[in-house]
Amino acid sequence: MITNAILILLLPLLAFTIQIFIGKRLPRKGDWVSTGAMFLAFFLAVPILIQALSSYDPNFKITQSWEWINFGAVNVTFGIHIDNLTAIMLIVVTLISSLIHLYSIGYMHDDPRYNRYFAYLSIFSFSMLGLILVDGFFGIYIFWELVGLSSYLLIGFWFEKNSAANAAKKAFITNRIGDVAMFAGILIIFTTLGVFNFEEVFRGIADGQLSGGLLTAAGILIFMGAVGKSAQFPLHVWLPDAMEGPTPVSALIHAATMVAAGVYMVGRTFVIYTADALLVIAYIGTITAFMAATIALVQKDIKRVLAYSTVSQLGFMMVGLGTGGYTAGLFHLITHAFFKALLFLGSGSVIHAVHSQEMDDMGGLRKKMPITFWTFLIGTLAISGVPPFSGFWSKDAILASALEFGMVNPTHMVIFVVTLLAAGMTGFYMLRAVYLTFGGEPRDKKKFDHAHESPLVMTIPLCVLALFAVGTIWWGWLEHLLTKPELSSYASSGVQVLEAGGGHPDVAHTAHKIAMFSSIAIAGLGILLSTLVYHWKKISAEAWGRRLKPIYTLFWNKYYFDELYGATVIAGTLFISKISSLFDMKVIDGFVNAVARITTRFAFGNGRFDIKIIDGMVNLVARVIGFFGAQLRTIQTGRVQNYILMALAAVVILFIIQQF
Amino acid sequence: MTVGLEHYLVLSAALFSLGLLAVITKKNAVTVLMGIELILNAANINFVAFARFIDTDLDGQIFAIFVIVTAAASAAVALAIVLNLYERLHSINLEEADSLAG
Amino acid sequence: MNKVLTLITFLPMVGILLILLVPKNNKTLIRVLAATFTGLQVLIAVWIYINFDSGTTSMQFREQYKWIPSFNIEYFMGIDGLSVTMVLLTAFLSFICIFASWGINKGVKGYFAMFLLLDTGMMGVFCSLDFFLFYIFWEVMLLPMYFLIGIWGSPSRVEPDGKVRGGPYAAIKFFLYTLFGSVLMLIAMLVLYFNVDIDPNTPGIQHTFNMLHLMDQSLHTGVLNDFNVRLWVYAALFVGFAIKVPLFPFHTWLPDAHVEAPTAVSVILAGVLLKMGTYGMLRISFPMLPDAMKWEYFAYGLAILGVINIIYGAFCAMAQTDLKKLVAYSSISHMGIVLLGMSGLTSLGMNGAVMQMFNHGTGTAMLFLLVGVIYDRAHHRNIDGFGGLAVRMPIYTAAMSLAFFAGLGLPGLSSFMSEVFSFLGAFGSEMFNLKAITIISTIGIVLTAGYFLWTFQRMFLGELNPKYKDLPDINGRELFTIIPLGIIIIFLGIYPAPLLNLMKTSLNELVEVIKAADPILLGLQ
Repeated sequence: MITNAILILLLPLLAFTIQIFIGKRLPRKGDWVSTGAMFLAFFLAVPILIQALSSYDPNFKITQSWEWINFGAVNVTFGIHIDNLTAIMLIVVTLISSLIHLYSIGYMHDDPRYNRYFAYLSIFSFSMLGLILVDGFFGIYIFWELVGLSSYLLIGFWFEKNSAANAAKKAFITNRIGDVAMFAGILIIFTTLGVFNFEEVFRGIADGQLSGGLLTAAGILIFMGAVGKSAQFPLHVWLPDAMEGPTPVSALIHAATMVAAGVYMVGRTFVIYTADALLVIAYIGTITAFMAATIALVQKDIKRVLAYSTVSQLGFMMVGLGTGGYTAGLFHLITHAFFKALLFLGSGSVIHAVHSQEMDDMGGLRKKMPITFWTFLIGTLAISGVPPFSGFWSKDAILASALEFGMVNPTHMVIFVVTLLAAGMTGFYMLRAVYLTFGGEPRDKKKFDHAHESPLVMTIPLCVLALFAVGTIWWGWLEHLLTKPELSSYASSGVQVLEAGGGHPDVAHTAHKIAMFSSIAIAGLGILLSTLVYHWKKISAEAWGRRLKPIYTLFWNKYYFDELYGATVIAGTLFISKISSLFDMKVIDGFVNAVARITTRFAFGNGRFDIKIIDGMVNLVARVIGFFGAQLRTIQTGRVQNYILMALAAVVILFIIQQF
Repeated sequence: MTVGLEHYLVLSAALFSLGLLAVITKKNAVTVLMGIELILNAANINFVAFARFIDTDLDGQIFAIFVIVTAAASAAVALAIVLNLYERLHSINLEEADSLAG
Repeated sequence: MNKVLTLITFLPMVGILLILLVPKNNKTLIRVLAATFTGLQVLIAVWIYINFDSGTTSMQFREQYKWIPSFNIEYFMGIDGLSVTMVLLTAFLSFICIFASWGINKGVKGYFAMFLLLDTGMMGVFCSLDFFLFYIFWEVMLLPMYFLIGIWGSPSRVEPDGKVRGGPYAAIKFFLYTLFGSVLMLIAMLVLYFNVDIDPNTPGIQHTFNMLHLMDQSLHTGVLNDFNVRLWVYAALFVGFAIKVPLFPFHTWLPDAHVEAPTAVSVILAGVLLKMGTYGMLRISFPMLPDAMKWEYFAYGLAILGVINIIYGAFCAMAQTDLKKLVAYSSISHMGIVLLGMSGLTSLGMNGAVMQMFNHGTGTAMLFLLVGVIYDRAHHRNIDGFGGLAVRMPIYTAAMSLAFFAGLGLPGLSSFMSEVFSFLGAFGSEMFNLKAITIISTIGIVLTAGYFLWTFQRMFLGELNPKYKDLPDINGRELFTIIPLGIIIIFLGIYPAPLLNLMKTSLNELVEVIKAADPILLGLQ
């Protein structure tokens, strides 16, 4: 199985290498290399899942590690860790990724950088698979960042468009902010416990080597990484912009790879979160789920509706995990991966047909594109939580978990209420998208006439994904597979507290019943309202929009987050950078230059002093001596007789002196 | 009255003074040379006189003869200089030979 | 081959002699000679790498001769795990830079002679174990650098605000700044010299410049037994080395020197010369005066200066419009990580820091080479003056993105490893509480991503600037200089063990020695 895992990891990397260097020269520009590698990876992943299923043990585990970086005192290993979660995630990622590869062959067929596109898809899949397979925080951080890189490359794939380049940069940097927090969390964990390996870290926490506030801090910091990757409030701003990438890429990001990484990571490291940390996760999830749903209500761009629905659904998953519903959160992650991929590919099919993303340009496409319509509808019903589609089961589990949490801790009932509201809105805005796109009369006749059903290579993936959106396929076995491993054997206090809450079977039972009815009711309500407004036209959307103008504007402008960040974080950073640069030039360099100037000034002054005073004194002595010399020279007449006379006079004088 | 040392010395002093006077005052170079000869002879008189009265051997006389010889030689050299002087200045007036004036 | 260090150090001098014999118009021969001798140097470096015993902490390939016996000055060379990495880096970058200098046409003879002299100086600094010898090599480097920047850099010009800038200005600034540091180092060196007694048992003091003796705390006598004096000596050494790193606030010579210097000189400057500051600290300040290093004001000061370098450098880089200046400031930022890694006195941090020295050497070298490539084509370096180059120059763009991503510490590329372990080491320090400082410095990770990606977008993404629609892509010679660096960056990013194994024994020992040095046991304080 380890061999399989290694091959699964290396195949996309190999495909990437081939594509980047010789892709252009391969027949069909090498799309078959990447696609083939992905399908092969899928077939290699199946035996792993089968083995996991056959053992049917929550603690199923295969691990192996190799020495990698040895510092002497510290030894960092590279390891592969396969358990139930990994096994199912491998299937999800490889399957969805394969289908998206297949779909892309149709969608991207006339792009000039066709081979590069497949290279990037491969590296994206490689990063995500690595993230799933590694066995420690160091490894997960590496692949975490690589996922960020791949998303940068793919979102900015059409980099000639400034908006795409901007979106790519925004995605990378927003993610980096989360990554840095996560890195800080890893710093805390590693310096306290001295290991990166998940198992050893969990055991260390169970032994109480890391606990209390520090553990909470570490948990929240690590979760911040997931906030970035899984686009949770307040770092959700990059995901809608990421729509600038090609639509299959959006599908990949939104379904199987990038955003799933955050939720997966929280699930993987579930043990380290204390009760406080989990509460933070739950509330962040609640805020995200609600806020994104409200924004999705008013969007006109079909991909943006889907983008915000993703943000909202990710919020649900976090609510599930945060309220202790390990199984619920991850279950929704997996069902969502399939129906969201379906929805995105469906929307891609529509966009491919009408060459527009605006729902104002669509309408009535049901007849023209029956396969797309029906599959899209299945996806919509799944995401809205209509039984028996997959979304119903997972969302119901999350709501039950939230309700159960609220019943045990009544102060946190608000989580359930708000999440339920968001679930209702999901039905409303998704049905709205369906009506606007496929229902009614065509709004843009020219585009409508041009529209056609997509080729087989695009519709087959849709059908396969639609199959997985039907809930019965997941029934039972998945939930069982996703049963929390025996974390309690080395569980942190936080999990134990929550376990205690869940320890009341009657509470759980009641919660499940209430949650099921309320979720069906609220989804039905949302769908009904949507139908009233957009199909039967009993209620005018425009009139309500005018009536609720301020709220509509707030939603339409996405709560002004971009503007807020633009005015504070970005402007602030640029301002500081300008100030620093000026400070550097004017003050520090200015000081250096001032020292130089003062030194040269002083040197000139010194030079003058030297010329005037020091040398002046020397010259003065010379001049004094010269003066006396000039006086004395007059007695040197050059006449010998004068000298003799003087000598005589001197003798006489000396004689006279001697006499006295 | 016997002629004693004093008389010689007076004679020599007078001779010396005359020679010096000539050397200092005369403008003619040859006259100055003659003054120098007088001075030298004044010295000779002293040598001989002292030799006769103080010391009884012949040292003084021998010195006098040396002086006479060297005086002759120096006179020859001096006359040659005077000739050169004349060549250059067309005069042997020592007033004009002042090219060493400071 | 027991004189291998002398050989590798003075081989370029032989090259200089031969180059001086070549008529100055025969430019190709001069270039080929320079390439040959640096190439031989690389071969010797490879030999050293193969024969280096990474299991021992003692100095290897030792050569020790009396040089000026009356002052006990020796010709003493040797390398350990710390210096061998730098020797490899120097040999490798010098060789590459010869090719990056192929396009130099003015005063070719002088240029390559100076370059080889610089090479000798650098090698000597990393190989010498006698402080006096070290000092001489240290100063030998200054002279060629001065001329290389001053003569072959950009010509003098008057800025709009009336300031005179350009190669000569930058050269003088660099020279004076470094000389100022050297003077402080000289003072410290003399204090050490006069207060270390080789043989404490015999009466009278026998002075020495031998670094191994200077490191032996038990030989310290006289004023070196006064803790205050030790602090002053450490401070003098520190400022001397800090200027070279360069540490805030002594860094302003660096942007000027980089911007004005020719490409290859920038590469050497950033790739090797900056490392001498931190190398000096690890080779001289720390082991000779460990107790001063551990004085809490100095230890925290070091870490705080490191953080200031990281964040301040990143902010300054973000504001630059000149691509080369941006890279220069990013160097300042990255060297801060080295300091932060060293300051915690942990095995992880120390190894991370020295790895960062090496990785920054290769990474920045690649960046500067690539900046040179675009400058040769477009004749300017204004970031906003480009745009959409990715369409026109795909290979160049790929190379530049590799260098940028290496710069911002992307996993899979070498500087990621060194950065992560530097941070981990500092954060996990047992001697000092550097946790808050480290956390603050991680902001630098985001800022670095910010300015590199922003620059990348402005230069390569978006619509192609019509001015550059005929720009040729990177050529073979340029690729030849860049590909080896790229391979090293990727290889060490995935598998850093070959580099780490070279140094870890020596560095772990160094950490232990510094940690164990106790001022009270030494009878000090």
